[in-house]
Amino acid sequence: MSPVLEVLDGGLQTTIQDAGRPGLLALGVPRAGALDDLSFRLANRLAGNPRGTAVLELRSPAPVLRVQAASARIVLTGSGQGLAIERDGTVQNWASWRSIGVRQGDVIRIVPFADTAVAYLAVTGGFDVPVLFGSQATFLRGGFGGFEGRSLTTGDALPLNRDAKPDDPDLTLLHVPTFTASPVLRALPGPQAAHFADDVVAAFFRQEFTVSRDIDRMGMRLEGTPLRHKAGADIISDATVPGAIQVPGSSQPILLLKDCQTTGGYPKIAVVISADLSAAGRVLPGGKLHFRKVTMTEAEEALADAGHMYRSYAASAVAVRESWGA
Amino acid sequence: MEPLGDTALVLDFGDRVDRAISARVMAARDAVAAAGLEGIVDLVPTFCSLAVHFAPEQIGSADLAARIGMLELAEAAAGRPGQAVRIPVLYDGPDLGAVAQAAGLSPDEVAKLHAATPYHVYMLGFLPGFAYLGDLPESLRLPRLKEPRTRVPPGSVALAEQMTAVYPVQSPGGWHLIGRTPLILFDHRKDSPSLLQPGDEVRFEAIGEAEFERLSSDGELS
Repeated sequence: MSPVLEVLDGGLQTTIQDAGRPGLLALGVPRAGALDDLSFRLANRLAGNPRGTAVLELRSPAPVLRVQAASARIVLTGSGQGLAIERDGTVQNWASWRSIGVRQGDVIRIVPFADTAVAYLAVTGGFDVPVLFGSQATFLRGGFGGFEGRSLTTGDALPLNRDAKPDDPDLTLLHVPTFTASPVLRALPGPQAAHFADDVVAAFFRQEFTVSRDIDRMGMRLEGTPLRHKAGADIISDATVPGAIQVPGSSQPILLLKDCQTTGGYPKIAVVISADLSAAGRVLPGGKLHFRKVTMTEAEEALADAGHMYRSYAASAVAVRESWGA
Repeated sequence: MEPLGDTALVLDFGDRVDRAISARVMAARDAVAAAGLEGIVDLVPTFCSLAVHFAPEQIGSADLAARIGMLELAEAAAGRPGQAVRIPVLYDGPDLGAVAQAAGLSPDEVAKLHAATPYHVYMLGFLPGFAYLGDLPESLRLPRLKEPRTRVPPGSVALAEQMTAVYPVQSPGGWHLIGRTPLILFDHRKDSPSLLQPGDEVRFEAIGEAEFERLSSDGELS
């Protein structure tokens, strides 16, 4: 029998994601891909996977999975709460940010988490699902990519590729990322910042926003002091990017994320820099946000810093010995 | 040329929905594509502008802006012409009567007028394969529905303001539904997944129910 993860419970929203699907924006197809790029990349690092291998993106409550494979290796990142694995009637708790060998019949339960909106479960070798336009990422609204273009649900059997090097040691991180619940997201002025009076733009960069419950992979509505337009909220539709903060007629901004529409008809007051998109993706409903204005040079330096930061976490991976019953 | 964050540049060509402006947007797209600049990942034409999306790990915003600036896009000749696409429509939409009433026409006249007009694909957006087609004849221009529908069926042919469009997948929608096409607008299993591309020229063609059923079953077989 080919190896699968059997889905005993689909969880709140579990999708296959990778680095995304560039090249189709002009056809109205967003890139999709992991919301928290840092945790996604570290999951693959710890699983021993090539960069960009597809993983499961999880929200809490996360799925319950049973291993239907002779053996497999898994990693949980993003959430620091860890996971519980049931084997032969015994439950053992395992830490996040490390790889763990599992075998036929093991039941994987991710501990409920509230330290991030999204966690990642990588499996060494990745998932055996179709590659569409260079990516396995699920695009929910388009109904394609990932596992049948949708979130996992009870009864699914998620096909696994085989672990090419099952005898490699498990890895753990000595240096684990810590996340803040109330990030300051650095942003560049948007292409329609001039649609707002100077004091409105200044207030945007000064005030605290609360993340509403209206949040998904497309974006999140924020609540704060209303951002009044100088003259109307409609523009002739133009291109959007993840990180863009658009302000519709309600005067309450929407921060766009990886599954956002490729074009939009609302003024964009600011755009979060790519170095801070992972932090935006981790924010939970009810969380607080600030934006800080930066220059393009600062954005480019921040991206280089984020790359250094990833490499320093990745370089802290070491072999780990403890295993079942240890 | 203006930055759209640190991953895209926007080249503006005007401030209204207009065929001549759109032609310049498409010509700029073709010129930038032909230049083969490193680091560009997507070129997105919209009504009045071209968005150049790039990989910031490969090229900086200012560097890319300088390279694009040297292309002399203002003089770019019109690029390749768009393809001509015919879309068969059964004009039986739930809003056809209301549109006819607003236009002071019969439903049949609305269908004839809609099908007699050549349309230009200004851009795609909103959904995969959703093309903004213009321009509608003046008499068919209506504001969007006050209460958008939560579910518009795929294949619905719709209109709002000066645009008409076909919904490629089921989605919420605030446009007036005047008919439906059996064609599949977006198929992720195809190498070229979208029936319509920016710059294409589109004609609608009225069909009857029997023809609709026949074309629908053809679509299922392919």
